[in-house]
Amino acid sequence: MSLVNITPKKGDGKSIKAGAGPSEGSAITVPVTKDASQQRQKRMIANHFDKLSTAKEDGKKVAYTFVPGNLTELMGAFEMLPVLPEINALQSGMRGKSGAYISEAERGGHSEDVCSYVKCDIGMLRSGNVGPTGKTLPSPDLLLLSYTGCFTFMKWFELLKAEYNCPVVMLHVPYQADGIITPEMRQYVIDQLKSDVIPQMEQITGKKLNLDKLAEQLARSRRAEDALVKVWESAKNRPSPIDGYFGGVYYIGPIFSAFRGSEDAVAYYEELLAEVNDRIKTGEGPMTPAGVMSNQKYRLVVEGPPSWTHFNEFWNMFSNEGAIAVASTYTRVGGLYDQGFRHDPQDPLGTLADYCLGCYTNRSLPSRIDLLEKYIKSYSADGFLINSVKSCNSFSAGQLMILRELEKRTGVPGAFVESDLVDPRYFGKANIENRLQSYLQMLEARRNGNIAASGSSPVVIGSAP
Amino acid sequence: MTAEPTATHNDPAAAVLRRAHALVADYGMAPVKSWKDQHKGALAVGHLPIYTPRVLLEAIGVLPVAIYGAGDKDIIRGDSYFQSYICHIPRSTIELGLTGMLDSLDGMIFPAICDVIRNLSGMWQMLFPQKWAAYLDLPQNFRPEVGGRFYKLELKRMARELHERGAQALTDEGLRAAIKDENLRRAALDKLAALRRDASWRVPASEAYLVTRAGGAISAREHAALVEEFVAAANKRTGQLKDNVRVVMVGSFCEQPPFGLIKSLERAGCDIVSDDLQLGLDYMEGMIDEKDDPLDAVVNAFLYQGKATASRYIGEGTKGAALLEQVKRAKADGVIFAAASFCDPALLDQPMLEAACEGAGVPFTSFKYAENTGQFQVIREQAGAFSDAVRLWESAA
Repeated sequence: MSLVNITPKKGDGKSIKAGAGPSEGSAITVPVTKDASQQRQKRMIANHFDKLSTAKEDGKKVAYTFVPGNLTELMGAFEMLPVLPEINALQSGMRGKSGAYISEAERGGHSEDVCSYVKCDIGMLRSGNVGPTGKTLPSPDLLLLSYTGCFTFMKWFELLKAEYNCPVVMLHVPYQADGIITPEMRQYVIDQLKSDVIPQMEQITGKKLNLDKLAEQLARSRRAEDALVKVWESAKNRPSPIDGYFGGVYYIGPIFSAFRGSEDAVAYYEELLAEVNDRIKTGEGPMTPAGVMSNQKYRLVVEGPPSWTHFNEFWNMFSNEGAIAVASTYTRVGGLYDQGFRHDPQDPLGTLADYCLGCYTNRSLPSRIDLLEKYIKSYSADGFLINSVKSCNSFSAGQLMILRELEKRTGVPGAFVESDLVDPRYFGKANIENRLQSYLQMLEARRNGNIAASGSSPVVIGSAP
Repeated sequence: MTAEPTATHNDPAAAVLRRAHALVADYGMAPVKSWKDQHKGALAVGHLPIYTPRVLLEAIGVLPVAIYGAGDKDIIRGDSYFQSYICHIPRSTIELGLTGMLDSLDGMIFPAICDVIRNLSGMWQMLFPQKWAAYLDLPQNFRPEVGGRFYKLELKRMARELHERGAQALTDEGLRAAIKDENLRRAALDKLAALRRDASWRVPASEAYLVTRAGGAISAREHAALVEEFVAAANKRTGQLKDNVRVVMVGSFCEQPPFGLIKSLERAGCDIVSDDLQLGLDYMEGMIDEKDDPLDAVVNAFLYQGKATASRYIGEGTKGAALLEQVKRAKADGVIFAAASFCDPALLDQPMLEAACEGAGVPFTSFKYAENTGQFQVIREQAGAFSDAVRLWESAA
């Protein structure tokens, strides 16, 4: 397979080897620079972790919570600082620390069968709870259990409850089993916010909820969401100015974590959108670990989370072959803004309920398939890839049916690979790379008319070693 | 579930055990077909394990049918729907559906157990679009005005949807009658549990399991009669206390272990005096209130009397406290954690329950299984070693 043209970009970024896979004969060294928005995000994150490191001295209250269905604006209204254990786990994965953390948890009796995020978090906790910036994370004043789209969340916070002497408040978000949010479901979530979540936050912070302050947060969320949607939809251009999966996980960083509702988030998304618009004007592709990727041969939609332990290697497998992700579902786990949802400052509690209920993994399997079909068609994808992660049954159970159904409905062939979130033992690099290359070769042959276009195209199944 | 009962012909419980076995054979579908022949036009609705409000279904003239997967049946088509790291029950349930074994059912309920069963509900909608399929979102908020209100609306929704498909309308009278029948079952199961605790040599766990599971596809009233008959017959057994250890077995509430595995544990010297194998038929502590508004009574029974299990949020309660109480009540010497491979609820719960056991000095052992596990020797040896170790500890104490 030939290397794709990778255009070095001017800048003072660190030098990296372009394409770390076996397919490239002569790796070239290109300087990679971070966009201004990336640098802004980096500062925002560093600042947040600085605040966390002095939270106790500063009298700030800390809530541990999850990404899907997070109540960031509500926490912001109470000036609570969020810590997201999933983010800590994926950061540990990217920093090469998750393997040791998982081993630590498994030595403590946690099964090899269960979610590696949980084990990574438990292992990190038992290893000193040092966060991604090297500073110790504060203990929680509240475990805010937003039970949205993932059963494991409940067990995760039961496990953390045993480790911390702090209250837990549960927000049970009903599942959209029939693909709709009913008035009863919405009212149930609002009732819990009123009866459990808000009173608990008021008790911990010693403040009454200020609805005006919450509405201000929600209005800022809306502005950031507007900009993010334009970023997602920019991938309909050719070449796409973004990578909607690997690059996308950077784009969702602020809005899915501690910053939604903040001025920082608005500034970040407006800056990001301006950069994307600039790239559309110049016909430039997105930055990848191997440089700017403007020569895009294959447009793919991706379902499932990335493998964080081998994030750049996985990304390189795509970019080395000229494959760009034009849309992905993982980047919608914290909100389906591109399907029309916006936080509504006029209805603060109702909009929080709608947000929690609408997250991707809280949607029924048929709704997920509908969404993927829509992405494949509206982003003019050549194919789709499912990265099935062992850890996450919420995502993974049913993905083989998703594969079949999408092929049937769209006539676009799909690929299926298996890995894990943060357990490095389940990333079979050579296997996944071979499968991906074979799949892309098949797309190429199909494009050239050597394979009939039909729903019965070969399906590529890859598996971990 | 293929093993025949081993009771001899002069065993007073032999006849009732044979009937129980017949009820669970054929994946429980034989009694369903028979019931539908006798109740022309009536609906039969399957449900996955743990808790489904069967009482509501009976109240509207629907036969609730517990579905436990396909045991040791060869799985061919079902395997193609799930990756290797997903538990066995969804694939075998799909196999049953695709091979026509569940054709007698008019619908399926997927109660909130875990993400796999939750996603299976959507798969079922797509695979069998002509059948009714419902995900039952059991509340994790136990305030009556919040979670209770939501649950009540969920129950009304289910009843309404089934009525639209031919079930009777939900009435107070119908529900009161169903509650009475359910309480008969509750009382009978309590007697069975007491017999296991007080005279375990009269009731091997494998038989208690068979008799309990036999209620999966018959009415509560019929099941109550069956259990009462078994308890009466078992009480007539002569026999004597064996030098076995008494254990509580937990973690097997959804995908069921092979019958042979339960027998193997017995043969390894473990008297399983309490378990969560058939939690769905035995979910409530105590009776459902017969004086209250009947729908409120069903809701309140779930909110206040539901047994602690991995898929039920424990709130500010202490994890493991219910297990230790179960051990104490059963006068058990130890705990066997037996979870299906890749069972998120059981396996995520287990470290917390083990910590509780360690804290209380309750010995335990653990293993995993799949419903189609065929080799029990390793587990038998492990259980035997555990049994010996517990006896040694007792002697030392």
